[in-house]
Amino acid sequence: MDFGSINPVLLLASVMVSATPILFAAIGELVVERSGVLNLGVEGMMVTGAVVGFAVAVNTGAPLPGFAAAALASAVLSLTFGVLTQVFLSNQVATGLGLTLVGLGLSALIGKPYEGMKSPTLPRIDLGPLTDLPVVGRLVFGHDIMVYVALALVAGVWAFLRYTRAGLILRAAGENHDAAHALGYKVIRIRLAAIFFGGACAGLGGAYLSLVRVPQWTEGMTAGAGWIALAIVVFASWRPWWVLVGAYLFGGVTVLQLNLQAAGAQVPVALLSASPYLVTILVLVVISARGHHGAPGSLGRPFHASQ
Amino acid sequence: MIRLEKRRQPSTFWSAMAPLMAVLLTMIVGGAMFAALGVDPVAAIRTIFWDPLFNPQFASYSRPQLLVKAGPLILIAIGLSLGFRAGVWNIGAEGQYIMGAICGAGAGLIFYPSESVLIFPLMVIAGGLGGWVWAMIPALFKTRFGTNEILVSLMLVYVAESILASVSSGLLRNPEGMGFPGSRNLAQWDASANRELISGTGMHWGVVAAFIAVILAYVLLSRHILGFQVRLSGAAPKAARLAGVSPARIVIFCLGTAGALAGAAGLFEVAGPAGQISIDFNSGYGFTAIIVAFLGRLHPVGILFAGLLMALTYIGGELAQLMLGVPGASIQLFQGMLLFFLLGVDVFTHYRLRPTAREAA
Repeated sequence: MDFGSINPVLLLASVMVSATPILFAAIGELVVERSGVLNLGVEGMMVTGAVVGFAVAVNTGAPLPGFAAAALASAVLSLTFGVLTQVFLSNQVATGLGLTLVGLGLSALIGKPYEGMKSPTLPRIDLGPLTDLPVVGRLVFGHDIMVYVALALVAGVWAFLRYTRAGLILRAAGENHDAAHALGYKVIRIRLAAIFFGGACAGLGGAYLSLVRVPQWTEGMTAGAGWIALAIVVFASWRPWWVLVGAYLFGGVTVLQLNLQAAGAQVPVALLSASPYLVTILVLVVISARGHHGAPGSLGRPFHASQ
Repeated sequence: MIRLEKRRQPSTFWSAMAPLMAVLLTMIVGGAMFAALGVDPVAAIRTIFWDPLFNPQFASYSRPQLLVKAGPLILIAIGLSLGFRAGVWNIGAEGQYIMGAICGAGAGLIFYPSESVLIFPLMVIAGGLGGWVWAMIPALFKTRFGTNEILVSLMLVYVAESILASVSSGLLRNPEGMGFPGSRNLAQWDASANRELISGTGMHWGVVAAFIAVILAYVLLSRHILGFQVRLSGAAPKAARLAGVSPARIVIFCLGTAGALAGAAGLFEVAGPAGQISIDFNSGYGFTAIIVAFLGRLHPVGILFAGLLMALTYIGGELAQLMLGVPGASIQLFQGMLLFFLLGVDVFTHYRLRPTAREAA
């Protein structure tokens, strides 16, 4: 075993890259859940974003249109969930599962011709001397643009929820939809908007997987990333900056286990490849054992104005 | 302006009609999808729903497949439906199915090449136990710490898949398999084979178990106090607690039953139709069973029919792949759409449409 081959700076840099897809999906889902909706379809939206982003990037030869298309496609797909749960008042858990199954099927169908292809990928930004700084340069100034977009999104969501009136209304709809409704806010519209935003974020996360992280399309390539994003929202107790912590923590475990596998550590491969999921379970258990949840009051409950 | 008005009582008419409407809508939208893929939609729908049963050329092969595929789906869905009724969301049946198969196959292979008649029953029990233990993990976390069972049970699917990958090329690998991954073929070993019981029907022990599970679940839900408590916990959790129903007991019962049934289904599959533990012997039955449970209205008899219908889409899908070149993934999408439409149509079970003169505030 040769730990010496693991460069800590590159390791941290790759942690940031490997955390970005989950970070996108989790920050979107956080907004959805803060509005009072539990969308379990993150995995389906991510995988759809992954395939649409890949297909568009391959066809246009540029990654950025891919990201835009991925966000749009996943957001539109998430609206099927929105309409079913908000207008047709279907069970959110079941509909979210359905969304995941539909997304996996849809993406496999769209992605068939693209298997084994290579996509154009995002270049790392280059700020000249800044990027050439030792350690800091690579970590802070040496990523592709989407890593920064994800970070900006976290800051934006935090500021939106904390400082804006719209954010306050969104939280009101999530904490107590009957009270929000009585105050005259359009609960259903607010939630549909939140679901749309969550879908777009999941799509960006998926596209980051297929365009930067891997970068290739394989069927079902999200491999549970959407579910882990859901777990991270719980881990974060619905707070934006903690989503960032959770995503980087998780990215760290993923990268570490890959590095350990590559370094030939004397640990069974099955244990290593299962470790991200085991860590997620462990974190969920610890969080729930601590007893502090902070879940929005109306989370997952259907809203019907007559009641 | 039309608005939804809550019904005092769920409509029995719509409760029964919703699955049929959903199937019809799926056929229409699915047909449009096939047309968009450049396949004749009428031919595609006929190939999926009609040819496997009635086309003289294919029916002799496909009809037995109906039970082979429906067996595990029904068995798993029956277990899941108990939990879904009680508000216990076990969506990791796929993992419980895999672990059941591994444990059951392992328990049998210890005794290879004995020909004892006790081996197959032992494998079934070990399979059920394997699935049960795997489901107990989220159950215990849920009851002990209040951990979300949806996420834990699902994470355990990925853990089970890595264990499967590991044992099929390690612990359970066929020593005479010239180094290829995959266990000994259980279907070809007399003591462990889960054989077709009546030739030409596809009926094997797993199908028998599925039928028994349907009957037992029906009796449980309609005649037994535990079944009543399960239904009560889902419909009115507060009332259930006040009536002295222990939520922890319901969680453990629902997850445990679902796990044991899924584990047994995994063993029946691996000792029969699949034949061996290999890295991809599982074909997503654990996830499709969720659709089956909902399509069957979480009712045992409904699940029986839903399982057969879903099995038909699998077989018909394969046929359409072969005959019309329809991509395999489109069937997956087809099944997902079915669940979506069902959930949408279901609104009419609990609500009715009312025209209103003015917009509700």
